[in-house]
Amino acid sequence: MSPDGTDNNRRRFLTAATVVVGAIGTVAAAIPFAKSWNPSARARSAGAPVEADISKIEPGGIITIKWRGKPVWVVRRDDKALSTLSEVADNLRDPESEDSIQPEYALGETRSIKPEYFIVVGICTHLGCSPGYRPNMITADFQGGFFCPCHGSKFDFSGRVYKGVPAPTNLTVPPHYYINDGLVLIGEDGVA
Amino acid sequence: MSEKSSNKGLIGWIDARFPLTKMWEEHLSKYYAPKNFNFWYFFGSLALLILVIQIVTGIFLTMHYKPDGEMAFTSVEYIMRDVDWGWLIRYLHSTGSSAFFIVVYLHMLRGVMYGSYQKPRELIWLFGMFIYLALMAEAFMGYLLPWGQMSYWGAQVIISLFGAIPVIGDDLTLWIRGDFVISDATLNRFFALHVVAVPLVLIMLVVMHILALHEVGSNNPEGIEIKNHKDENGNPLDGIPFHPYYSVKDIVGVVVFLILFSIVVFFMPEMGGYFLEHANFVPANQYQTPDHIAPVWYFTPYYAILRAVPDKLIGVILMFAAIFVLFILPWIDRGTVHSIRYRSSAYKWLLAMFVISFIGLGYLGALPLSDFRTFFARVYSIGYFGFFLGLWWISKNEKTKPVPERIQ
Repeated sequence: MSPDGTDNNRRRFLTAATVVVGAIGTVAAAIPFAKSWNPSARARSAGAPVEADISKIEPGGIITIKWRGKPVWVVRRDDKALSTLSEVADNLRDPESEDSIQPEYALGETRSIKPEYFIVVGICTHLGCSPGYRPNMITADFQGGFFCPCHGSKFDFSGRVYKGVPAPTNLTVPPHYYINDGLVLIGEDGVA
Repeated sequence: MSEKSSNKGLIGWIDARFPLTKMWEEHLSKYYAPKNFNFWYFFGSLALLILVIQIVTGIFLTMHYKPDGEMAFTSVEYIMRDVDWGWLIRYLHSTGSSAFFIVVYLHMLRGVMYGSYQKPRELIWLFGMFIYLALMAEAFMGYLLPWGQMSYWGAQVIISLFGAIPVIGDDLTLWIRGDFVISDATLNRFFALHVVAVPLVLIMLVVMHILALHEVGSNNPEGIEIKNHKDENGNPLDGIPFHPYYSVKDIVGVVVFLILFSIVVFFMPEMGGYFLEHANFVPANQYQTPDHIAPVWYFTPYYAILRAVPDKLIGVILMFAAIFVLFILPWIDRGTVHSIRYRSSAYKWLLAMFVISFIGLGYLGALPLSDFRTFFARVYSIGYFGFFLGLWWISKNEKTKPVPERIQ
């Protein structure tokens, strides 16, 4: 107690207590506002799987399927494209796809259920641009595949990223399964 | 109640209730600014003018614009074609954003050249940097609103930058977008931030920037403290009242600026694709990236740094570091001499290197990639950061020229 009758300890305690309670209240009040930025229930439910008819793709051709607002490519790889897969392995950052996202049934160098058909999300793992399909762009250190115009990332015909480009991991393979030979469902694993 | 006010009548009545005369005198008629302001000192007041232009045109644009993924693009076309004078209001706003950055970059270069960030003006510089940051956020979010291809993919790239942050990155980008891709939800929240939240912050920061300036007093091209020599009334001998001297001088700057501004607005509002990018006249298509995407010119220096690094996380870190390093400039520069006029030639070379690097990065950041350009982007990136490293190094024991006591 100070000479003028003020209990400074008590005053300090009350000030600190007010600040702490006020801060907790402010944080608690901020939570609903922060959470309102999460994807809404409507956005979360809009992820239905889509069917793709792949019977009309020519060898070497590509089609784009819209899934969850993203482009999904189905590429029909010819023998030439498939033969490059093992050749380029030394130039790849993650040839075994250990750090990349794909279902278990799409591991290995083809990253697909059927080697001929490669199904992949067409969004670059760097900063989200959609790369271009460049089967004939062959240079000393690139055997064709996908090239992202935004920041120059290169991927082989299995969407595996080359070394020395900004993209950190391989393109993502979405869950998918074959309903029959010409029809594939993208967005769902097959029932075992 | 104001004791000092000698005003009678309405002004006196107001002064007894609100510090009107006091504020007028403190910030204008009795704010003493150094008498030797040159060309470079136009850009502060011009920035203020552009802020007003942006707010006024922005308010009128919101009266016709629709922040909706289905309608945004067509509502901008509607403003351009069907709204009376809508094209003018929109071009004033789009040209204003580029003009804002031109003026702010020159304003910042002035601050660097004359050491206006140094003690005791560190806070003015910091508030200014926060204004710059808010301005970049404002411009970025505003650019999404027309919902063209460049709006969409530019936002996609910039938001994905946050995905490079370890652990929380993916959740953070999801939270910012409010959807699994850039969508209507993203557009709507960017609209809210662009028209309400960021402008409020911006105006508040501008007020703090000016209050801090008027507390410490303006620097000048000589870098001499005018408060060190005062007359018998306590006014700086080398200072003149802001109003009428600089208020009138600034009118000249405003007229010249408005002439140049009008030329762009009326004759070249797209500025060859630099102010309004061509790809943005195509509606957003989330399934196809344009062949060449580049940010608007005022972001290209940082974008070039990002692209120069062949690693995602390090690229993003360096890009943000390029902005952050400007914040700590007052503490990087250990020198006491303010103005470039009295600093060493080493300093002049460093600053020249910085300006060339910044412009070089800006130029390269707008172009498609090639190995040759990537090489130069790396050289310029080193030049950019080299300025700060070099400045820290040389400013400890810099061979400066003697600074005069008074402004001649």
